Amino acid sequence: MTKKIQPDGEMLKGTLDMMILRTLIGGPAHGHTIAKIIERTSEDVLEVEQGSLYPALHRLEDRGWVSSYWGASENNRKAKFYRLTAVGRKQLVIETGRWRQMARAIGLVMGEKTLPAGGVR
Amino acid sequence: MNWMRFLRRGREDDEVRRELDSYIEEETSENLARGMTAEEARRQARIKLGNPEQVRERLWRQNTVAIFDGVWRSLRYCCRTLRRSPGFAAMAVTVMALGIGANVALFTVVRNVLLKPLPYRDQGRLMSAYEHTGAYPMNVVAPGIYTEWIRANRSFSGLSLYAWVGMNLSSHDGGMPEKLNAIACTANLLPTLGVEPALGRNFTTDEDRPGANRVALLSWSLWQRRFGGNPGIVNQEILLNKDVYTVIGVMPKWFAFPDAAEQIWMPVNRYFSAQEMTRLGMHEFAAVGRLNSGVSQSQAQSDLTAITLRVHNEHPDNALISIGATLNPLLEDTVGDVKKPLYILLAATGCVLLIACLNVANLLVARAAARRKELAIRAALGSSRLRLLGERLTESLLLTAVGGIAGVALAYGAVQWLVRTRQNFDRVEAIHIDGAVVAFAAGLIVLCALFTSVIASLSATGGKLFAALQEAGRGSSAGRARARLRRTLLAIEVGLTVVLLIAAGLLIKSYARLRANELGCTTKNVLTMRINLFGDSYRDPAQRVNFYRALLERVRALPGVEAASFTRMVPGQGYGGDDAFTVVEHPPLPQGVAQFAINREADSGFFKTMGIPVLRGQGFDPSRVLDQANQVVINEAFARSYFPGEEPIGKHLHYRDKSWEIAGVVGDTRSELSKEPEPIQYYPLFTGNLKGGLLVIRSSRNVEQLALPVQHVVAELDRDMPVSNVLTMDQLLGKETLDASFNATLLAGFAALSLLLAAAGIFGVLSYVAAQRTNEIGIRIALGARRERILAQMLFDGLRPALVGLVCGLAASAVVVRLIRSMLYETQPLDPTVFAAVAAGLAAVAIAACLAPAWRAARLDPMQALRES
Repeated sequence: MTKKIQPDGEMLKGTLDMMILRTLIGGPAHGHTIAKIIERTSEDVLEVEQGSLYPALHRLEDRGWVSSYWGASENNRKAKFYRLTAVGRKQLVIETGRWRQMARAIGLVMGEKTLPAGGVR
Repeated sequence: MNWMRFLRRGREDDEVRRELDSYIEEETSENLARGMTAEEARRQARIKLGNPEQVRERLWRQNTVAIFDGVWRSLRYCCRTLRRSPGFAAMAVTVMALGIGANVALFTVVRNVLLKPLPYRDQGRLMSAYEHTGAYPMNVVAPGIYTEWIRANRSFSGLSLYAWVGMNLSSHDGGMPEKLNAIACTANLLPTLGVEPALGRNFTTDEDRPGANRVALLSWSLWQRRFGGNPGIVNQEILLNKDVYTVIGVMPKWFAFPDAAEQIWMPVNRYFSAQEMTRLGMHEFAAVGRLNSGVSQSQAQSDLTAITLRVHNEHPDNALISIGATLNPLLEDTVGDVKKPLYILLAATGCVLLIACLNVANLLVARAAARRKELAIRAALGSSRLRLLGERLTESLLLTAVGGIAGVALAYGAVQWLVRTRQNFDRVEAIHIDGAVVAFAAGLIVLCALFTSVIASLSATGGKLFAALQEAGRGSSAGRARARLRRTLLAIEVGLTVVLLIAAGLLIKSYARLRANELGCTTKNVLTMRINLFGDSYRDPAQRVNFYRALLERVRALPGVEAASFTRMVPGQGYGGDDAFTVVEHPPLPQGVAQFAINREADSGFFKTMGIPVLRGQGFDPSRVLDQANQVVINEAFARSYFPGEEPIGKHLHYRDKSWEIAGVVGDTRSELSKEPEPIQYYPLFTGNLKGGLLVIRSSRNVEQLALPVQHVVAELDRDMPVSNVLTMDQLLGKETLDASFNATLLAGFAALSLLLAAAGIFGVLSYVAAQRTNEIGIRIALGARRERILAQMLFDGLRPALVGLVCGLAASAVVVRLIRSMLYETQPLDPTVFAAVAAGLAAVAIAACLAPAWRAARLDPMQALRES
């Protein structure tokens, strides 16, 4: 098993927020699903720590990028769902653009010649 | 930071817990699906989630407004600790309330009276103009001089003349007659001030002419009171002095010129005769002007002075013409009298507040000492120093804020009281508590909180945590530094108190001197009331004489009346005016020189009624009336000044184009309590020249009961004649000395307050020191120290800061009292009796405050004291 990376700490805080927003594009989800999606789509390289996930979700809600409601989970249990708002959608575009620039810049510094053209869908 | 989340943190937290629970459930069911046992599935889910408390704590912190939370927590802590020492809290709050209340009240007065500009457009350019006679730089203006000013000046865009006139408002339909203060002014008064009537219009220059239709402007309050605020009043006719006037307008509610007593404004040239308006020596008017832009006060003053001097030189035969002019800014003119006393009272309240702060700081230091162990333990347990300091600040803030709010309430009451009791105070109508005053109060609260907590923190334990714990545990001779700080505070407190006491003492002594002055006449059981004669029935002197005769006859016949008289003014009522005279038997005065003396009219019984002794000759012959009444009576000062070494009886005075024989010399009286007796010339009432004055009634007891019967007599004689200013002589004099008594009483109140605070401080400090030294004293007594010696030592210990403060205070007073020199009457600023009395009084209070704790220390039971520690 490769060593898992936990997106936490000051530098990656914004990245976690961005990834949460990206996850929610597919529709509302509760905390457990969000964590699972991030882990799975990163091919289990990134591990979301719950101690960071929930404060991040509340932070996003404070900023009005996501909204929350209580609903029933796939297993028919009560769970708190998060949904992307219009503002959040806009923010995701901004964040994605910024991240791409950053990734490109870091890539250039690290001497990578071929750059990802598509990145995140 | 989110306010909503902060306020509902509790509910949020609950939701987070449920959210985390749902995560565990999801993960557990997934683990079960992976084929784990139920127990293992749950265990793994929990491992994956990690510590849920950490998540909750993180969110809690994220949702917390840190500063607010800290303040809230220290506030709750302070409330709890204060509740445990209600005595301290009550004392501190009361002290702050008194200190802040006094300051806010006085600031309200100072702000509204002195600092706020007058409510006129560009009011800084408005100037009061006076004539300069050589002897009096600010003499009232003669209309002839004003006419010259208007014609020749190049400094004013508007210059207006006005005079105070009495108006009797009566009505055809039997309404109560009423005497009103009115202003007769030129048409340009309102434009000069930049004011327009709220209703109707100002009068025109055409209406400001002899023979024009009579018109009048009403004050807002008169309009509301007498005419029910009916806008139809404009163009209505009213009766003033039995003449028909047309109301042409109503002034705005705030308008009070020259002050709030005036209720009617009317054209001056219609009221006075054309001949009077050309007089160069008739000093009965006031003038106000608006400076042209770019013209300074001194330029305008020299402009008017040059004009006046030219007129003076053109009429060498008229000795009544002034030689110059003086300008005074209108605001200064309005509040000049109260400015200095107000600032001095404000300084006094500032001292009281400083003392209050020192006292609260003192209490806080004592408290910090008592809680030293607790603070040390908390510091040892990891409470940050900042937190402890914040707590102290919060405590001060809480105490001063509660005290301050109570103080503002006190100030509100005080201001209401002042406005009610001091109707004659300049601009009293403008005094009210507004936003700026509240801001001032808030600023004061913060300042006091900072001041007290900083002073109190000076004594904080610093880094010597361990020492503090040790010291607190053993109760040996501890807190020396703290005691020194408290003594210093105390010395300052006492010093300030001494300054206040001395200032108050000097003012009280002045006031006592003033009241002790003999007026020169009786003041017991004498009632005065003002009556003015208006209308066609009193046009000529004979009619007036008949009225006075009938009035006096009927009043004298009333049961209980011992004597009754009529006069222009009574002693103690003020200067009231003078007129020129010459002594017929003396060589003529050089050209351009004139002699003046106060002139009064009185009936023949006046001297007896007022108890003024006839020293030589006799009073007026009551049988001589009108032209036959050609006698004059002079007072001793007159005889001394103008007939030195001569017999005045039988000589003649030339006065108002007639010759009068001196019939008698009477005793001196003072026109004001604070003035030396001046020469007075009395002329007979029965010449019929006097058009109004005071009816004076003397009785053997309860003279006030006579007011109503006398008013009935007046109404019987003339239904439309108003009676005003019904006052006993004592009340009349009380009004005259109100300023002096007001200032002295307030200052004495502040001084008494600070004395009380200082005494409490002395008592507190010595009690504290004695408690600290219980152990030591116990040992000394056990070793055989004599109790008297302990008593003496403790007394000395307590008195030392008081004595240091006393000496410093006396020294400071010697400098400070110079500031109030002008408020003193026949009292030297360095009056030794006042200084000695204050020193002795303060020492006595200090000893009294020290005695109880010192006595307690000396009576200590050594066994108990040692066992307790």
